[in-house]
Amino acid sequence: MNNMGSYAISKDNDGKSIWKFLRAEFKPKGKFFTPFNIISLPVILVGFVIIIIRFWKGIGAVTNLTQEVPWGLWIGFDVVTGVAFAGGAYVITFMVYILNMRKYHSIVRVTVLNGFLAYVFYAGALLLDLGRPWNVVNPIIGNSFGTSSVLFLVAWHFLLYMIAQLIEFSPAIAEWLGARRARKILSGMTLAAVIFGITLSTLHQSGLGALYLMAKGKIYPLWYSEFIPVLFFVSSIFAGLSMVIFEGSISHKVFFNQISEKNHKAQNNIIHGLSKICGGTLFAYFFLQVLVFVHGKHWDLLNTPLGYWYLTEMIGFVFLPMMLFVYSYRRKNILAIKIASIITIIGVIINRLNITVIGFRWDAAVHYYPSWMEIVVTLAVIFTEIWIFRWVINRMPVLRDSPAWAKDVK
Amino acid sequence: MKIDRRNFFRVVGVTGATMTLGKEIFAEPKNANEPEPYGILFDSFLCGGCQTCEYTCAEIHNLPEPVDAPEIGVTRKINETRRTVVNAYETSEGEVDVKRQCMHCNEPACVSACLTQAMFKTKEGPVIWREDKCMGCRYCMISCPFDIPKFEYNSPNPKITKCDMCYDRIQEGKIPACVETCPAEALLFGKRSDLIKEANKRVHEFPDWYVDDIYGDNEAGGTGLLYLAQVPFEDIGFNTGIQKSSFPELSKGFLYSVPFVFVLWPTLLLGIHEATKNNHIKNAEEDE
Ligand code: SF4
Ligand code: SF4
Repeated sequence: MNNMGSYAISKDNDGKSIWKFLRAEFKPKGKFFTPFNIISLPVILVGFVIIIIRFWKGIGAVTNLTQEVPWGLWIGFDVVTGVAFAGGAYVITFMVYILNMRKYHSIVRVTVLNGFLAYVFYAGALLLDLGRPWNVVNPIIGNSFGTSSVLFLVAWHFLLYMIAQLIEFSPAIAEWLGARRARKILSGMTLAAVIFGITLSTLHQSGLGALYLMAKGKIYPLWYSEFIPVLFFVSSIFAGLSMVIFEGSISHKVFFNQISEKNHKAQNNIIHGLSKICGGTLFAYFFLQVLVFVHGKHWDLLNTPLGYWYLTEMIGFVFLPMMLFVYSYRRKNILAIKIASIITIIGVIINRLNITVIGFRWDAAVHYYPSWMEIVVTLAVIFTEIWIFRWVINRMPVLRDSPAWAKDVK
Repeated sequence: MKIDRRNFFRVVGVTGATMTLGKEIFAEPKNANEPEPYGILFDSFLCGGCQTCEYTCAEIHNLPEPVDAPEIGVTRKINETRRTVVNAYETSEGEVDVKRQCMHCNEPACVSACLTQAMFKTKEGPVIWREDKCMGCRYCMISCPFDIPKFEYNSPNPKITKCDMCYDRIQEGKIPACVETCPAEALLFGKRSDLIKEANKRVHEFPDWYVDDIYGDNEAGGTGLLYLAQVPFEDIGFNTGIQKSSFPELSKGFLYSVPFVFVLWPTLLLGIHEATKNNHIKNAEEDE
């Protein structure tokens, strides 16, 4: 019973040595010159060079950040927006493990994997943006706890949530390695990790908004209110789910051969179910936004260029996709649901950027626009994440069904 | 850097009449354990815009000498190479000069933003930045309502720079260098409460010379830097719309809710999980 470690694993793998197995697995699979590879590889390489310059010459050498706008695309898009889209993981685990909606079970793994990788890479993007990254451990270990800081809370939650998601995903790794005992132990931890993960997500999704509470007077009043944390939390639900719908549609094409007949059939049913939740939360969000607006009494600001932009966001990217979700849910129109999810995704990007970049110090003499290097690094981060995602999907039972031996073990 | 005649008489008038002598007011010897923080009172009525404070600050902090001078219509800004600037404004009372730097807030936004305690409010009053702790996240810059902390974007080992009220000099029992060298006595160092008394005294003795307002008295919950002026503050570059209560208060509500969520959520989630378990079995049977 104490045959742990590599012995257990190698035995489970029909006597194949674990090292031989891993070496084979680390080799690339499939065609190399796909359109995605041809586009993404140069971007990743250029991004890598820019990152070297950044550490050599300083952040100012590659970004357009100013003294007035110290957080730009890397925080506003990579971190703040990226984490909202990673919200699908906590929503889906909530539905499957807490509400016991089994219908969505087949997409848990891929959503959690996506969430986990998103956090790993966005936390990575955060490191690029830190001026003094060698001190990043200060708020984690040591005696420098800035407990009154929202960022302190968010940093800790990122770290803990990554661990929780790794635990949620770990049975898939165990199945890949053929580690039966480990799988049993790890799946036993799932519920605890899910509960912990949802709690953390509630707090840091809203916490990302709370970061900006002290920037009162620096954010265009139409986007600033004391309710930013609530708005961020509610919008992370439909942001995450729209991403699940969008990614799911792509994965089902790209990884067609991985997915069982049954799950292919179930996919539309899943999308249909999710559209109801998206529509509902968008409605709640729209309602909240209206309340916040009335409460803020900024009628006069509507008649300004940024006011029109605000109206565009609210009507074109909140109200419209909300109606589209409701309509397509009623009509069971899967294509319309997918379109609605794409509009929602764009809307969430716009919303997060309005608070973090566009509306932030809108009155500053020098406006901030991301440099091309900031954009390339952002793309490089996203592409690298997709590479890793693909690597995992092609090896571990994420989209494909678990091996037979893992089926009956609960 | 001479004081012109006009200024000389002003100094004698204002400081003589209110019985302040020299650059600091201390009723009794300085006591480091005293919780009452220090501050600086700037009197724009006395400031002649000579920039001595700027030169002194640059010298003792090894920063480059100022290359430009206060000029009406130009708002000079502090940046990573200068921690204080003097700006000139055209007003109904003629030219008014104002020195700006970190306000050393009573409840600083930057300190509550900092997740490493690199920004730190000392018990003496100065808000200081500690190099060994800072990770360069720049959240202090996002949060400071006065846009004070600056960042060395073009350095691989960047620092956050801002006025620290010459904290090391204060610890040695000296007063901030700019206060010491100001030839016009426009700067006064002392316990914040004493400075407010002094400011009120000046306003009431010379109602024709000052507007009846102290900037910093309760702006952002009160600041260590206090300002007197002969014109309304919005005319000389101050943000008078700033909230009068403390900035860290803005995120307190959120932070206070965190422990509750941490207790309530897991209980609630577990409860729902138990309650819906049967659905699960039912569904599972249907699935078979
Ligand atoms: S003015 Fe800004 S930097 Fe200075 S203490 Fe206040 S919040 Fe901090
Ligand atoms: S940049 Fe440094 S001083 Fe400012 S909040 Fe971050 S860790 Fe603190």
